Amino acid sequence: MPFYVSPEQIMKDKADYARKGIARGRSAVVLQYDGGILFVADNMSRTLHKISELYDRIAFAAVGRYNEFENLRLAGVRIADSTGYAYDRRDVTGQALANAYAQHLGTVFTESSKPWEVEIVVAEVGDSADTDQIYRITFDGSVVDERDFVAMGGSAERVTGALRERYDKDASLADALSAAMHALTHENGEQRELEAAGLEVAVLERAREHRKFRRIQGPRLNRLIEQVRGGGGGESEDGGESAEAGDDGAQS
Amino acid sequence: MSEAFEGSGRLAAAFVNRGTSSFIDFLGAVNPDLLPGRREPFQGDSSRLTPEATTIVALTFPGGVVLAGDRRATSGNIIANRDMDKLFRTDEFSAVAIAGAAGIGIELAKLFQVELEHYEKMEGRSLSLEGKANRLSTMIRGNLAMAMQGFVVVPLLVGYDDSREEGRIFSYDAVGGRYEEHRYHSIGSGSVYARGALKKLYRDDLDEEGAAVAALQSLYDAADDDSATGGPDVYRKIFPLVDVITDDGHRRLPAEDVERLAESVVQGRSERPDGPTAPLR
Repeated sequence: MPFYVSPEQIMKDKADYARKGIARGRSAVVLQYDGGILFVADNMSRTLHKISELYDRIAFAAVGRYNEFENLRLAGVRIADSTGYAYDRRDVTGQALANAYAQHLGTVFTESSKPWEVEIVVAEVGDSADTDQIYRITFDGSVVDERDFVAMGGSAERVTGALRERYDKDASLADALSAAMHALTHENGEQRELEAAGLEVAVLERAREHRKFRRIQGPRLNRLIEQVRGGGGGESEDGGESAEAGDDGAQS
Repeated sequence: MSEAFEGSGRLAAAFVNRGTSSFIDFLGAVNPDLLPGRREPFQGDSSRLTPEATTIVALTFPGGVVLAGDRRATSGNIIANRDMDKLFRTDEFSAVAIAGAAGIGIELAKLFQVELEHYEKMEGRSLSLEGKANRLSTMIRGNLAMAMQGFVVVPLLVGYDDSREEGRIFSYDAVGGRYEEHRYHSIGSGSVYARGALKKLYRDDLDEEGAAVAALQSLYDAADDDSATGGPDVYRKIFPLVDVITDDGHRRLPAEDVERLAESVVQGRSERPDGPTAPLR
């Protein structure tokens, strides 16, 4: 039996499907702070990451279906490493990676019956806060060049609203984490208490040499959260954090 | 990056599929021309196509390892370059230095660096130091056809092994044979002289600076007797490069520190041209 569905309807159905899929998962936020860019994801797993390093100054954060964004992550690492090897390390840019992801997701969205249920951020830390770049790429391949902060996932709007209340571009790492955690507790309207074990935290640290990406986990994360709970301040600890050697974030 | 996409605009399957965690295997699948060792062998005399890089020394000290290299590249009896950098930081806890065909060696070191990082990002953890050493073996073996043409590259790998909490040194031959060296080692045309010097200067209780000075002394001796090794160039301010790896990671000694140490070595040689002596008994 022949039937007709308008292109508008097909696209709308696909978009609704993808949105629903993404909304099932928990949120992630990306925000600038005084030393670079902070990534915080609500993630119970210690090994299946939502936040990863792509290249020297570039990191990736994603929400949605794990196997789909993991494929995107692998592709990003491959594109970055082959570009850096063929040309120079400085020639690998967040913008080129964002474009590659947008191309791919856009094509999948229009050509396949099932769109990918993912939303990702590609962020590149620059030499100064003005040259930081944060790109948000959605399931249909649209790219938005974001300023200051982004929230994505489950109830992105509510999380964004909560983040806007507390956001400060010149905040220390502890204050930025405090704002991010405050925002993430607004998931689905429920007021949850966030624990270190349920958080994935990483930074692109401007002052760091070679590779700027570093995971913050274990005792370091506990200390930082303690500070957040103890009143949100803590400029002093900030310097100590970055001076601490040995546990290289890129390693973990 | 055009090869990353299929005609439709999707990323090519090789980029998106789980596949391999090795950058070399991946590049071999999508862009093999970029890999060394896959090229047609050269015909005829190719001995002058790339300059030679010479003396490298490495020595361990409690808690780490020091790697140092002279700055000279030669092409026959011509000095091709006076300030060459033969040391490559390959990741947070390892470094490679090259002797032999400079052009091929630099390419190999660069590829090895990407290989280690790529694995780390794909897998979420780094290779063990043994794993890194074996990977380099395979890469040298891949260069065998070029080595037969005269483009022999001999690397020296040093790293901090966090499972054993010590610095380690690995040397290689042209066919990819891998040999762990204990305490100290040297490669390149001046290595016989450098090794002799290290044999006399090495002690098990050297600190980081002591190890760096021993390395500079041995490079001085190599330059003294081997014309292809460059000595400290006090007029142009070109001094050897020194890398240190400890549990804090890789660090290149600042130029002014090396200059200070090198000048004290040169100063010492103005009084004793043959350098410090070891006790007779």
